[in-house]
Amino acid sequence: MLEFTVNNRAVALDVEPEMPLLWVLRDHLDLPGTKYSCGIAVCGACTVLLDGEAVRACALPVSRVAGRQVVTIEGLAQDGLHRVQRAWIEHQVPQCGYCQTGMIMSAVALLAKNPRPSDAEIDATMSNLCRCGTYARVRKAIHALATPPAGG
Amino acid sequence: MDDPTIENRRRRRFLQEAGGLTLAFCLPARAAPPATGQTASVAVPFAPNAFLRIATDDSVTVIAKHLEMGQGSYTGLATILAEELDADWQTVRVEGAPADATRYNNLFWGPSQGTGGSTAMANSWDQLRQAGATGRAMLVSAAARRWQVPVTEIAVRDGVVSHAATKRQARFGELAADAAREAVPAEVVLKPMGEFRLIGRHVPRKDSADKTSGRAIFTQDIRLPGMLVAVVAHAPLFGATVRHFDATAARRVQGVVDVVPIPSGIAVLARDTWSAKKGRDALRVEWDESRAFRLDSADILARYREMAKSPGVVAQRTGDPEQAFAGADRIILASYDLPYLAHAAMEPMNCVIRLGEEGCEVWNGEQLNTGDQARLAEMFGLPVERVKIHMLYAGGSFGRRANTESDYLVEAAHIVKAIGGRAPVKLVWMREDDMRAGYYRPLFHHSLAAAIDAEGRLIGWRHRLVGQSILAGSSFAALTRQDGIDPLSVEGAANLPYAIANRLVELHTPKDIGVPVLWWRSVGSSHTAYATEVFLDVLARALGKDPLAWRLELLAEHPRHRGVLQLAAEKADWARPLPAATSGSRRGRGLAVHESFQSYVAQVAEVTVAADGSVKVDRVVCAVDCGMAINPDNIRSQVEGAVGFALSAVLHGEITLRAGAVVEGNFDTYPMLRIGEMPRVEVYIVPSAAKPTGIGEPGVPPLAPAVANAIGAATGRFPERLPLRRADLRA
Repeated sequence: MLEFTVNNRAVALDVEPEMPLLWVLRDHLDLPGTKYSCGIAVCGACTVLLDGEAVRACALPVSRVAGRQVVTIEGLAQDGLHRVQRAWIEHQVPQCGYCQTGMIMSAVALLAKNPRPSDAEIDATMSNLCRCGTYARVRKAIHALATPPAGG
Repeated sequence: MDDPTIENRRRRRFLQEAGGLTLAFCLPARAAPPATGQTASVAVPFAPNAFLRIATDDSVTVIAKHLEMGQGSYTGLATILAEELDADWQTVRVEGAPADATRYNNLFWGPSQGTGGSTAMANSWDQLRQAGATGRAMLVSAAARRWQVPVTEIAVRDGVVSHAATKRQARFGELAADAAREAVPAEVVLKPMGEFRLIGRHVPRKDSADKTSGRAIFTQDIRLPGMLVAVVAHAPLFGATVRHFDATAARRVQGVVDVVPIPSGIAVLARDTWSAKKGRDALRVEWDESRAFRLDSADILARYREMAKSPGVVAQRTGDPEQAFAGADRIILASYDLPYLAHAAMEPMNCVIRLGEEGCEVWNGEQLNTGDQARLAEMFGLPVERVKIHMLYAGGSFGRRANTESDYLVEAAHIVKAIGGRAPVKLVWMREDDMRAGYYRPLFHHSLAAAIDAEGRLIGWRHRLVGQSILAGSSFAALTRQDGIDPLSVEGAANLPYAIANRLVELHTPKDIGVPVLWWRSVGSSHTAYATEVFLDVLARALGKDPLAWRLELLAEHPRHRGVLQLAAEKADWARPLPAATSGSRRGRGLAVHESFQSYVAQVAEVTVAADGSVKVDRVVCAVDCGMAINPDNIRSQVEGAVGFALSAVLHGEITLRAGAVVEGNFDTYPMLRIGEMPRVEVYIVPSAAKPTGIGEPGVPPLAPAVANAIGAATGRFPERLPLRRADLRA
């Protein structure tokens, strides 16, 4: 029995330890907001938070999350929408939308560490792929979320 | 119904099934989304036509006949109808239409429902205005009858019908039942443009909230009770078939339920996706490759180059091109090679099919609704009306889901048949399955020649294209011209707008290349715009002409081309020199203009070429004329996205074949644009009162030539092949 926490809920599963976290979330925990696209941790559509860090769930064996805290897009906000989600709507970021839940999770992790990321820092961190080409709006939304400099 | 805006959303929660897994702490049902009062029990008394329903809770449901695959069609369609209805935008929701060739056909396609060719807004414009205005007129009649006042004294705004003199008002929901008893008017008056309150304004997309909360439902997210997931072992070569397979190991994988041979390979069915994939990977399959296609893509290109040396079928002729070339003072030549490209939508191809006693149900990001429906009906021996298609959001398509042969749906149907329909089946293609399945943008070779007279004037243009036909041999073959020319091969080349007196456009269509090809966002224009617009800049440079001024001169008869060119050039400061590069690198600015799907787009690109030959696109200024702008922000969004999509192909996109096998399988070998490579994009819209035309595709074609022309300006070298290669551009 494998135990970990998803969106503040304790779960215990009897599941193959090598099954990637992505498929456990999607097929066994009914949390389909985390998406499959590449399966090799390149595109980021499956990004979730593991103990607060952005990780790619598609290549992460579920055994590696034992005893740890996982947050998915469904658990990002306790009530309503997270401020990053609200900024995504404000800037009308999504087109097809398939990559955006992963994109949002990456942005949440980035802003948690670096409340005012520069363009270069965004480029270095936001490695998620978006085939619709929403990158300009992703950047705009992240900048809009940046906390103003202290005393400024 | 827990969904205030869009039907496609998740609205069921499945409890855990058996299959080796138990959940010790049951997760609670996901918190209900904020509702606007819409529940399953609300009465829907008023449905005056196929596109509109008004419920007693005031909710207005617009039925969308077109797929929402990212281009904003749901929002655009709802905007058109809601405008004429004078609905309260907050209460408008959108629902995907069932497949129906009579009620929901694409008016540009005859009796066929589908989404493509950037037609969604254009073909729906009059239809949905009428639908909205009809609903409004009936609500007004109902109010007039109830209040005993003349209809002419009644006003409608934001979902409220009112009579000022008697200070009476009623919401749509309160009038719905009465409105349904009113006669459908034979004629309705449409609003003058000046009274639009939604069209032309910033109207937020209806799907944004669900697509940020994670609640939007894609095909990949469908789970039905008892459903099995199928992952298929596909042939490694086009045209190969199964000779022999051994499923012993696959069947031993925990969760695997069945293994069945189907025409396209061997399908492994399991209780979850991972088990199905593991089972598929454990299969041992021997393939019969005796009839498989075995060429390298380099061999294909070499053949095409050879073919281009002889005349092809004439696609278009103007004046006397032979005479012009015979009398030329000099002839300038160039050729351009453009590779196979995968659509690579972020959601790999997939669908769900359930066979029941009453017929068959399909869940799919459905792009060719009635064509797919007919094919599935035939496969299952059912009348078409018993194939029910749920059109879900597609996680991108770019043409891939409009498959002429319904490829992945047919595969899923074979699997369902092979198991006797005993369980619903979700077919999931892994990324590698998706990328290696073919149906690529065809590889094209373009060979161009220009005749220049002694005064340095362009007097002749000859353009030879070599590439596979998308239509030939497909279920769309009837659209081929009488002379054998596939219009999709030459669009953008045969209708070159420039005033060149003597022109000849010829096409070679190789018929022995066994690589399936398909429309890829902007179709023929995805390669013809490159060849024509880059060659024009090559000529401009050779003749000492300014690329903008010369184009404007050659486009005297084409005001809309001129309009976007002038707007883009002005916003990009074309007249002023580009700030110089830092040491070692070179900077340049280039432009291109192209019409596709009756929309006109010009782009000015600014690039920096490093000494090592790598290219960074710094800025792209776009000007668009797509007729009346229904949703300006969405138009900007589509053109920004098109720049990113097209730049991905310029910098990275290439599917290659080695002895027939597709080399690229995933995003590690078929890289796509990342955020750091995305240029600054500005989009300007030409004000227009013309009927709206498409915007999903037209932003794509000008990007590659604008970038190439900027590289040409920076380096003097105009790339003759894509994707860009550093070796071609080293200092």
